[in-house]
Amino acid sequence: MAMFESLQFFIVAAALAVPAIILGVLEKSQKLYGGIVSFIFLIFSMGVDLDFKNGFTHEFNLNGALFLLAYLAIEYCVAVGFVRVVKTKGRDEKLYYLFIALALAPLVVNKVGGFVDLKLFAFIGISYMTFKMVQIVIEIYDGLIDEVKGPELFYFLTFFPAILCGPIDRSRRFMEDINGVRSRAEYLNMVGDGLFKICLGLVYKKVLASAMVMIGTQNMYIYGLQLFFDFAGYSLMAVGFSYLFGVKTPDNFNQPFRSIDLKDFWNRWHMTLSFWFRDYLFSRILRRAMRGKWFGGNKLTQASVCFIINMTVMGIWHGLELHFIVYGIYHGVLLAITEVYQKKSKFYKKHKKEKGYRLVSWFVTFNLVMFGFYIFSGQLF
Amino acid sequence: MEEKVLEEKVLDILEEICDDDIVRTDRDINLLDEGLMDSLDFTELIIMLEDQLGVIISPSEYTREESDTPAKIIEIVRSKA
Repeated sequence: MAMFESLQFFIVAAALAVPAIILGVLEKSQKLYGGIVSFIFLIFSMGVDLDFKNGFTHEFNLNGALFLLAYLAIEYCVAVGFVRVVKTKGRDEKLYYLFIALALAPLVVNKVGGFVDLKLFAFIGISYMTFKMVQIVIEIYDGLIDEVKGPELFYFLTFFPAILCGPIDRSRRFMEDINGVRSRAEYLNMVGDGLFKICLGLVYKKVLASAMVMIGTQNMYIYGLQLFFDFAGYSLMAVGFSYLFGVKTPDNFNQPFRSIDLKDFWNRWHMTLSFWFRDYLFSRILRRAMRGKWFGGNKLTQASVCFIINMTVMGIWHGLELHFIVYGIYHGVLLAITEVYQKKSKFYKKHKKEKGYRLVSWFVTFNLVMFGFYIFSGQLF
Repeated sequence: MEEKVLEEKVLDILEEICDDDIVRTDRDINLLDEGLMDSLDFTELIIMLEDQLGVIISPSEYTREESDTPAKIIEIVRSKA
Protein backbone atom coordinates (compact mmCIF):
# COMPACT_ATOMS: atom_id res chain seq x y z
CA MET A 1 0.00 0.00 0.00
CA ALA A 2 1.30 3.42 -0.88
CA MET A 3 1.61 5.24 2.45
CA PHE A 4 0.24 8.80 2.50
CA GLU A 5 -0.80 8.28 -1.13
CA SER A 6 -3.59 5.78 -1.60
CA LEU A 7 -7.17 6.00 -0.38
CA GLN A 8 -6.64 2.62 1.27
CA PHE A 9 -3.89 4.05 3.46
CA PHE A 10 -6.05 6.90 4.72
CA ILE A 11 -9.00 4.62 5.45
CA VAL A 12 -6.87 2.11 7.38
CA ALA A 13 -4.94 4.86 9.19
CA ALA A 14 -8.15 6.66 10.18
CA ALA A 15 -9.70 3.42 11.48
CA LEU A 16 -6.59 2.47 13.44
CA ALA A 17 -6.34 6.00 14.90
CA VAL A 18 -9.74 5.70 16.62
CA PRO A 19 -8.58 3.37 19.45
CA ALA A 20 -5.46 5.54 19.87
CA ILE A 21 -7.66 8.61 20.35
CA ILE A 22 -9.87 6.74 22.84
CA LEU A 23 -6.78 5.73 24.84
CA GLY A 24 -5.50 9.31 24.73
CA VAL A 25 -8.81 10.76 25.89
CA LEU A 26 -8.97 8.24 28.74
CA GLU A 27 -5.43 9.36 29.73
CA LYS A 28 -4.05 5.84 29.20
CA SER A 29 -0.68 4.98 27.68
CA GLN A 30 -0.77 4.72 23.87
CA LYS A 31 2.64 3.09 23.65
CA LEU A 32 1.69 -0.58 23.24
CA TYR A 33 -1.16 0.16 20.84
CA GLY A 34 1.02 2.52 18.79
CA GLY A 35 3.64 -0.21 18.53
CA ILE A 36 1.07 -2.68 17.25
CA VAL A 37 -0.23 -0.20 14.65
CA SER A 38 3.32 0.52 13.48
CA PHE A 39 3.85 -3.24 13.09
CA ILE A 40 0.64 -3.52 11.03
CA PHE A 41 1.88 -0.76 8.72
CA LEU A 42 5.25 -2.50 8.38
CA ILE A 43 3.38 -5.51 6.98
CA PHE A 44 1.39 -3.23 4.67
CA SER A 45 4.65 -1.66 3.51
CA MET A 46 5.86 -5.11 2.44
CA GLY A 47 3.43 -5.32 -0.44
CA VAL A 48 0.22 -6.26 1.36
CA ASP A 49 -2.73 -4.12 0.32
CA LEU A 50 -6.43 -3.74 0.84
CA ASP A 51 -8.57 -4.28 -2.22
CA PHE A 52 -12.15 -3.02 -1.80
CA LYS A 53 -13.55 -5.89 -3.87
CA ASN A 54 -11.36 -8.82 -2.90
CA GLY A 55 -10.30 -8.02 0.66
CA PHE A 56 -6.59 -8.30 1.33
CA THR A 57 -4.30 -8.90 -1.61
CA HIS A 58 -0.64 -9.46 -1.39
CA GLU A 59 2.60 -9.99 -3.15
CA PHE A 60 4.49 -10.28 0.07
CA ASN A 61 8.04 -8.98 -0.14
CA LEU A 62 9.64 -11.71 1.94
CA ASN A 63 13.13 -10.57 1.03
CA GLY A 64 12.43 -7.04 2.32
CA ALA A 65 10.77 -8.34 5.49
CA LEU A 66 13.69 -10.60 6.37
CA PHE A 67 16.16 -7.80 5.74
CA LEU A 68 14.12 -5.50 7.97
CA LEU A 69 14.22 -8.07 10.77
CA ALA A 70 17.97 -8.49 10.27
CA TYR A 71 18.37 -4.70 10.25
CA LEU A 72 16.52 -4.25 13.53
CA ALA A 73 18.53 -7.09 15.11
CA ILE A 74 21.83 -5.56 13.98
CA GLU A 75 20.91 -2.07 15.15
CA TYR A 76 19.67 -3.42 18.49
CA CYS A 77 23.02 -5.14 19.03
CA VAL A 78 24.86 -1.94 18.02
CA ALA A 79 22.92 0.21 20.49
CA VAL A 80 22.97 -2.19 23.43
CA GLY A 81 26.56 -3.22 22.69
CA PHE A 82 27.76 0.37 22.60
CA VAL A 83 26.02 1.24 25.87
CA ARG A 84 27.94 -1.62 27.45
CA VAL A 85 31.23 -0.60 25.82
CA VAL A 86 30.92 3.00 27.08
CA LYS A 87 30.01 1.75 30.57
CA THR A 88 33.00 -0.60 30.79
CA LYS A 89 35.67 1.16 28.73
CA GLY A 90 34.62 4.80 28.88
CA ARG A 91 34.87 7.13 25.87
CA ASP A 92 37.12 5.27 23.46
CA GLU A 93 37.23 7.19 20.19
CA LYS A 94 38.22 4.25 17.99
CA LEU A 95 35.36 2.11 19.26
CA TYR A 96 33.04 5.10 18.81
CA TYR A 97 33.83 5.31 15.09
CA LEU A 98 33.59 1.52 14.81
CA PHE A 99 30.05 1.57 16.21
CA ILE A 100 29.04 4.46 13.97
CA ALA A 101 30.36 2.47 11.01
CA LEU A 102 28.39 -0.58 12.17
CA ALA A 103 25.20 1.48 12.48
CA LEU A 104 25.77 2.84 8.96
CA ALA A 105 26.84 -0.47 7.40
CA PRO A 106 23.39 -1.78 6.32
CA LEU A 107 22.58 1.52 4.56
CA VAL A 108 25.96 1.53 2.79
CA VAL A 109 25.44 -2.09 1.69
CA ASN A 110 21.97 -1.13 0.46
CA LYS A 111 23.20 1.87 -1.56
CA VAL A 112 26.20 0.12 -3.07
CA GLY A 113 24.10 -2.99 -3.77
CA GLY A 114 21.61 -0.79 -5.60
CA PHE A 115 24.31 0.10 -8.13
CA VAL A 116 24.72 -3.52 -9.19
CA ASP A 117 21.00 -4.31 -9.00
CA LEU A 118 21.25 -6.23 -5.76
CA LYS A 119 18.35 -5.77 -3.37
CA LEU A 120 20.19 -5.83 -0.07
CA PHE A 121 18.48 -4.26 2.93
CA ALA A 122 15.89 -2.93 0.50
CA PHE A 123 12.87 -1.89 2.57
CA ILE A 124 10.98 1.31 3.13
CA GLY A 125 12.53 3.76 5.56
CA ILE A 126 16.09 2.45 5.88
CA SER A 127 17.66 5.88 5.22
CA TYR A 128 15.62 7.60 7.87
CA MET A 129 15.99 4.75 10.37
CA THR A 130 19.75 5.02 9.94
CA PHE A 131 19.67 8.73 10.84
CA LYS A 132 17.88 7.84 14.05
CA MET A 133 20.39 5.09 14.83
CA VAL A 134 23.53 7.16 14.22
CA GLN A 135 22.13 9.85 16.48
CA ILE A 136 21.59 7.26 19.23
CA VAL A 137 25.19 6.02 18.95
CA ILE A 138 26.51 9.61 19.14
CA GLU A 139 24.37 10.41 22.17
CA ILE A 140 25.45 7.23 23.94
CA TYR A 141 29.04 8.39 23.45
CA ASP A 142 28.18 11.86 24.73
CA GLY A 143 26.65 10.34 27.85
CA LEU A 144 23.12 11.53 27.06
CA ILE A 145 21.76 7.98 26.67
CA ASP A 146 22.79 5.26 29.10
CA GLU A 147 20.10 2.66 28.54
CA VAL A 148 18.44 1.22 25.42
CA LYS A 149 15.29 -0.90 25.65
CA GLY A 150 14.56 -3.14 22.66
CA PRO A 151 10.79 -2.62 22.24
CA GLU A 152 11.12 1.18 22.62
CA LEU A 153 14.01 1.27 20.15
CA PHE A 154 11.99 -0.72 17.59
CA TYR A 155 8.98 1.54 18.09
CA PHE A 156 11.16 4.63 17.64
CA LEU A 157 12.75 3.31 14.44
CA THR A 158 9.53 2.01 12.87
CA PHE A 159 7.05 4.63 14.14
CA PHE A 160 4.67 4.50 11.20
CA PRO A 161 3.79 8.17 10.56
CA ALA A 162 7.47 9.05 10.08
CA ILE A 163 8.75 5.80 8.57
CA LEU A 164 8.62 6.86 4.92
CA CYS A 165 10.53 10.17 4.81
CA GLY A 166 10.70 11.49 8.35
CA PRO A 167 10.46 14.02 9.97
CA ILE A 168 13.53 12.80 11.87
CA ASP A 169 12.67 12.81 15.56
CA ARG A 170 15.15 12.70 18.46
CA SER A 171 15.11 9.52 20.55
CA ARG A 172 15.17 11.15 23.98
CA ARG A 173 12.28 13.41 23.03
CA PHE A 174 10.33 10.50 21.53
CA MET A 175 10.82 8.30 24.61
CA GLU A 176 9.56 11.09 26.87
CA ASP A 177 6.42 11.38 24.75
CA ILE A 178 5.60 7.66 24.65
CA ASN A 179 6.35 7.11 28.34
CA GLY A 180 4.45 10.11 29.63
CA VAL A 181 0.70 10.56 29.65
CA ARG A 182 -0.82 13.90 28.75
CA SER A 183 -3.83 15.42 30.46
CA ARG A 184 -7.08 15.05 28.54
CA ALA A 185 -7.24 18.76 27.72
CA GLU A 186 -3.69 18.83 26.41
CA TYR A 187 -4.20 15.68 24.37
CA LEU A 188 -7.45 16.97 22.84
CA ASN A 189 -5.61 20.12 21.79
CA MET A 190 -3.01 17.93 20.13
CA VAL A 191 -5.73 15.96 18.32
CA GLY A 192 -7.19 19.22 17.04
CA ASP A 193 -3.79 20.41 15.82
CA GLY A 194 -3.07 16.98 14.35
CA LEU A 195 -6.30 16.81 12.38
CA PHE A 196 -5.73 20.33 11.07
CA LYS A 197 -2.22 19.38 9.93
CA ILE A 198 -3.53 16.25 8.21
CA CYS A 199 -6.15 18.29 6.31
CA LEU A 200 -3.68 21.01 5.35
CA GLY A 201 -1.17 18.36 4.28
CA LEU A 202 -3.78 16.70 2.09
CA VAL A 203 -4.49 20.01 0.37
CA TYR A 204 -0.75 20.66 -0.13
CA LYS A 205 0.00 17.22 -1.49
CA LYS A 206 -3.15 16.20 -3.31
CA VAL A 207 -4.35 19.57 -4.60
CA LEU A 208 -1.44 22.01 -4.87
CA ALA A 209 1.42 19.60 -5.67
CA SER A 210 -0.77 17.79 -8.20
CA ALA A 211 -1.72 21.13 -9.76
CA MET A 212 1.98 21.94 -10.20
CA VAL A 213 2.48 18.61 -11.98
CA MET A 214 -0.38 19.48 -14.33
CA ILE A 215 1.16 22.88 -15.11
CA GLY A 216 4.48 21.19 -15.86
CA THR A 217 7.54 20.66 -13.70
CA GLN A 218 10.03 21.27 -16.51
CA ASN A 219 9.80 24.89 -15.40
CA MET A 220 12.30 25.54 -12.62
CA TYR A 221 9.91 27.51 -10.39
CA ILE A 222 7.00 25.14 -10.84
CA TYR A 223 9.29 22.22 -10.01
CA GLY A 224 10.42 23.96 -6.81
CA LEU A 225 6.84 24.65 -5.76
CA GLN A 226 5.81 21.08 -6.56
CA LEU A 227 8.69 19.74 -4.45
CA PHE A 228 7.66 21.97 -1.56
CA PHE A 229 3.94 21.19 -1.61
CA ASP A 230 4.56 17.47 -2.03
CA PHE A 231 7.14 17.14 0.74
CA ALA A 232 5.67 19.72 3.11
CA GLY A 233 2.25 18.13 2.57
CA TYR A 234 3.57 14.68 3.41
CA SER A 235 5.42 16.08 6.46
CA LEU A 236 2.32 17.85 7.76
CA MET A 237 0.34 14.61 7.55
CA ALA A 238 3.15 12.64 9.21
CA VAL A 239 3.26 15.13 12.08
CA GLY A 240 -0.55 15.16 12.26
CA PHE A 241 -0.84 11.37 12.59
CA SER A 242 1.98 11.39 15.17
CA TYR A 243 -0.06 13.77 17.32
CA LEU A 244 -3.01 11.35 17.33
CA PHE A 245 -0.67 8.70 18.73
CA GLY A 246 0.59 11.09 21.42
CA VAL A 247 3.93 11.87 19.81
CA LYS A 248 4.94 15.47 19.07
CA THR A 249 7.05 14.74 16.00
CA PRO A 250 8.84 18.02 15.14
CA ASP A 251 7.74 20.13 12.17
CA ASN A 252 9.74 19.96 8.97
CA PHE A 253 8.96 23.27 7.23
CA ASN A 254 8.52 26.85 8.34
CA GLN A 255 7.59 29.05 5.37
CA PRO A 256 10.88 28.40 3.52
CA PHE A 257 10.12 30.76 0.66
CA ARG A 258 10.19 33.72 3.05
CA SER A 259 13.90 33.15 3.72
CA ILE A 260 16.03 36.24 3.34
CA ASP A 261 19.35 34.41 3.06
CA LEU A 262 20.65 30.85 2.63
CA LYS A 263 21.26 30.33 6.34
CA ASP A 264 17.70 31.42 7.00
CA PHE A 265 16.54 28.98 4.32
CA TRP A 266 18.16 25.97 6.01
CA ASN A 267 16.48 26.96 9.27
CA ARG A 268 13.14 26.72 7.48
CA TRP A 269 13.46 23.94 4.85
CA HIS A 270 13.45 20.23 5.79
CA MET A 271 14.31 21.39 9.29
CA THR A 272 14.65 18.00 10.97
CA LEU A 273 17.25 16.98 8.38
CA SER A 274 19.23 20.22 8.47
CA PHE A 275 19.14 20.36 12.28
CA TRP A 276 20.29 16.75 12.38
CA PHE A 277 23.27 17.65 10.22
CA ARG A 278 23.87 20.79 12.29
CA ASP A 279 23.92 18.93 15.62
CA TYR A 280 25.56 15.66 14.62
CA LEU A 281 27.96 16.65 11.86
CA PHE A 282 28.54 20.41 11.37
CA SER A 283 28.99 21.39 15.04
CA ARG A 284 31.29 18.44 15.59
CA ILE A 285 33.62 19.05 12.66
CA LEU A 286 33.65 22.75 13.49
CA ARG A 287 34.50 21.99 17.11
CA ARG A 288 37.33 19.80 15.91
CA ALA A 289 38.51 22.50 13.49
CA MET A 290 38.45 25.20 16.18
CA ARG A 291 40.22 23.02 18.73
CA GLY A 292 42.81 21.81 16.24
CA LYS A 293 43.43 25.37 15.00
CA TRP A 294 42.90 24.26 11.40
CA PHE A 295 43.78 26.83 8.72
CA GLY A 296 45.97 28.79 11.10
CA GLY A 297 43.02 29.30 13.43
CA ASN A 298 41.16 31.38 10.86
CA LYS A 299 37.54 31.05 12.00
CA LEU A 300 35.99 32.14 8.75
CA THR A 301 37.93 29.56 6.74
CA GLN A 302 37.10 26.87 9.30
CA ALA A 303 33.41 27.69 9.12
CA SER A 304 33.40 27.81 5.32
CA VAL A 305 35.09 24.44 4.98
CA CYS A 306 32.72 22.91 7.55
CA PHE A 307 29.69 24.24 5.66
CA ILE A 308 30.96 22.67 2.44
CA ILE A 309 31.75 19.30 4.05
CA ASN A 310 28.40 19.27 5.86
CA MET A 311 26.28 20.00 2.81
CA THR A 312 28.26 17.69 0.54
CA VAL A 313 27.61 14.79 2.91
CA MET A 314 23.94 15.78 2.94
CA GLY A 315 23.95 15.68 -0.87
CA ILE A 316 25.54 12.23 -0.89
CA TRP A 317 22.97 10.98 1.60
CA HIS A 318 20.22 11.81 -0.91
CA GLY A 319 21.87 9.45 -3.38
CA LEU A 320 25.13 8.72 -5.12
CA GLU A 321 23.93 10.26 -8.39
CA LEU A 322 25.91 13.26 -9.63
CA HIS A 323 23.03 15.76 -9.40
CA PHE A 324 22.51 15.04 -5.68
CA ILE A 325 26.20 15.48 -4.91
CA VAL A 326 26.38 18.72 -6.91
CA TYR A 327 23.24 19.93 -5.11
CA GLY A 328 25.02 19.43 -1.78
CA ILE A 329 28.22 21.16 -2.90
CA TYR A 330 26.18 24.02 -4.37
CA HIS A 331 24.50 24.72 -1.04
CA GLY A 332 27.75 24.24 0.90
CA VAL A 333 29.52 26.83 -1.24
CA LEU A 334 26.58 29.23 -1.05
CA LEU A 335 26.49 28.96 2.76
CA ALA A 336 30.24 29.58 2.91
CA ILE A 337 29.90 32.66 0.70
CA THR A 338 26.98 33.89 2.81
CA GLU A 339 29.04 33.49 5.97
CA VAL A 340 32.07 35.35 4.58
CA TYR A 341 29.88 38.11 3.15
CA GLN A 342 27.93 38.62 6.37
CA LYS A 343 31.05 38.69 8.55
CA LYS A 344 33.23 40.84 6.26
CA SER A 345 31.00 43.19 4.31
CA LYS A 346 30.55 46.69 5.75
CA PHE A 347 27.77 47.20 3.24
CA TYR A 348 25.87 44.25 4.71
CA LYS A 349 26.31 45.41 8.30
CA LYS A 350 25.13 48.90 7.42
CA HIS A 351 22.06 47.96 5.42
CA LYS A 352 20.94 44.55 6.68
CA LYS A 353 17.96 45.87 8.62
CA GLU A 354 16.58 48.08 5.85
CA LYS A 355 13.43 47.06 4.00
CA GLY A 356 14.85 47.56 0.53
CA TYR A 357 17.94 45.52 1.29
CA ARG A 358 15.84 42.70 2.73
CA LEU A 359 13.63 42.65 -0.36
CA VAL A 360 16.61 42.33 -2.71
CA SER A 361 18.18 39.73 -0.44
CA TRP A 362 14.93 37.73 -0.42
CA PHE A 363 14.71 37.87 -4.22
CA VAL A 364 18.29 36.67 -4.70
CA THR A 365 17.79 33.89 -2.12
CA PHE A 366 14.55 32.74 -3.71
CA ASN A 367 16.19 32.38 -7.10
CA LEU A 368 19.28 30.63 -5.73
CA VAL A 369 17.02 28.19 -3.87
CA MET A 370 14.92 27.51 -6.96
CA PHE A 371 18.02 26.92 -9.05
CA GLY A 372 19.23 24.50 -6.36
CA PHE A 373 16.01 22.50 -6.69
CA TYR A 374 16.51 22.47 -10.43
CA ILE A 375 19.93 20.84 -9.94
CA PHE A 376 18.32 18.44 -7.44
CA SER A 377 15.65 17.43 -9.96
CA GLY A 378 18.27 15.89 -12.26
CA GLN A 379 16.87 17.72 -15.26
CA LEU A 380 20.11 19.62 -15.82
CA PHE A 381 22.47 16.63 -15.92
CA MET B 1 32.59 28.42 42.05
CA GLU B 2 30.38 31.05 43.51
CA GLU B 3 27.12 31.60 41.63
CA LYS B 4 27.72 35.30 40.92
CA VAL B 5 31.21 34.67 39.58
CA LEU B 6 29.92 31.87 37.36
CA GLU B 7 27.17 34.09 36.03
CA GLU B 8 29.67 36.88 35.29
CA LYS B 9 31.95 34.50 33.41
CA VAL B 10 29.10 33.18 31.25
CA LEU B 11 28.07 36.76 30.49
CA ASP B 12 31.67 37.64 29.58
CA ILE B 13 31.73 34.75 27.11
CA LEU B 14 28.32 35.67 25.65
CA GLU B 15 29.34 39.31 25.31
CA GLU B 16 32.46 38.29 23.42
CA ILE B 17 30.56 35.94 21.09
CA CYS B 18 27.63 38.27 20.42
CA ASP B 19 29.86 41.32 20.33
CA ASP B 20 27.12 43.21 22.15
CA ASP B 21 26.71 44.09 25.84
CA ILE B 22 22.93 43.89 25.61
CA VAL B 23 23.29 40.29 26.91
CA ARG B 24 24.06 41.87 30.29
CA THR B 25 21.17 44.30 30.42
CA ASP B 26 18.50 42.05 28.90
CA ARG B 27 18.85 38.49 30.19
CA ASP B 28 15.71 37.36 28.41
CA ILE B 29 16.62 38.66 24.97
CA ASN B 30 16.16 36.00 22.29
CA LEU B 31 19.65 35.52 20.89
CA LEU B 32 18.40 33.73 17.76
CA ASP B 33 15.56 36.06 16.81
CA GLU B 34 17.74 39.12 17.33
CA GLY B 35 20.44 37.66 15.09
CA LEU B 36 23.00 37.76 17.92
CA MET B 37 23.93 34.06 17.64
CA ASP B 38 23.88 31.40 14.91
CA SER B 39 25.03 27.77 14.67
CA LEU B 40 28.68 28.82 14.49
CA ASP B 41 28.37 30.92 17.62
CA PHE B 42 26.68 28.10 19.53
CA THR B 43 29.58 25.81 18.69
CA GLU B 44 32.01 28.47 19.85
CA LEU B 45 30.00 28.91 23.04
CA ILE B 46 30.25 25.17 23.77
CA ILE B 47 34.03 25.25 23.30
CA MET B 48 34.52 28.35 25.44
CA LEU B 49 32.34 27.02 28.26
CA GLU B 50 34.38 23.82 28.25
CA ASP B 51 37.78 25.55 28.10
CA GLN B 52 37.09 28.36 30.55
CA LEU B 53 34.61 26.83 32.97
CA GLY B 54 35.12 23.08 32.50
CA VAL B 55 31.43 22.61 31.68
CA ILE B 56 30.91 19.98 29.00
CA ILE B 57 27.81 20.32 26.83
CA SER B 58 27.06 18.11 23.84
CA PRO B 59 25.94 19.94 20.66
CA SER B 60 22.66 17.99 20.63
CA GLU B 61 21.99 18.07 24.36
CA TYR B 62 19.69 21.08 24.40
CA THR B 63 17.33 22.28 21.71
CA ARG B 64 17.67 25.85 20.50
CA GLU B 65 14.46 26.76 22.31
CA GLU B 66 16.02 25.50 25.54
CA SER B 67 19.10 27.68 25.10
CA ASP B 68 18.09 30.84 23.27
CA THR B 69 18.43 33.50 26.00
CA PRO B 70 21.31 34.51 28.33
CA ALA B 71 19.17 33.48 31.33
CA LYS B 72 18.58 29.98 29.95
CA ILE B 73 22.25 29.50 29.12
CA ILE B 74 23.29 30.62 32.61
CA GLU B 75 20.79 28.16 34.09
CA ILE B 76 22.21 25.29 32.00
CA VAL B 77 25.77 26.11 33.05
CA ARG B 78 24.67 26.42 36.69
CA SER B 79 22.99 22.99 36.58
CA LYS B 80 26.20 21.43 35.25
CA ALA B 81 28.89 23.28 37.15
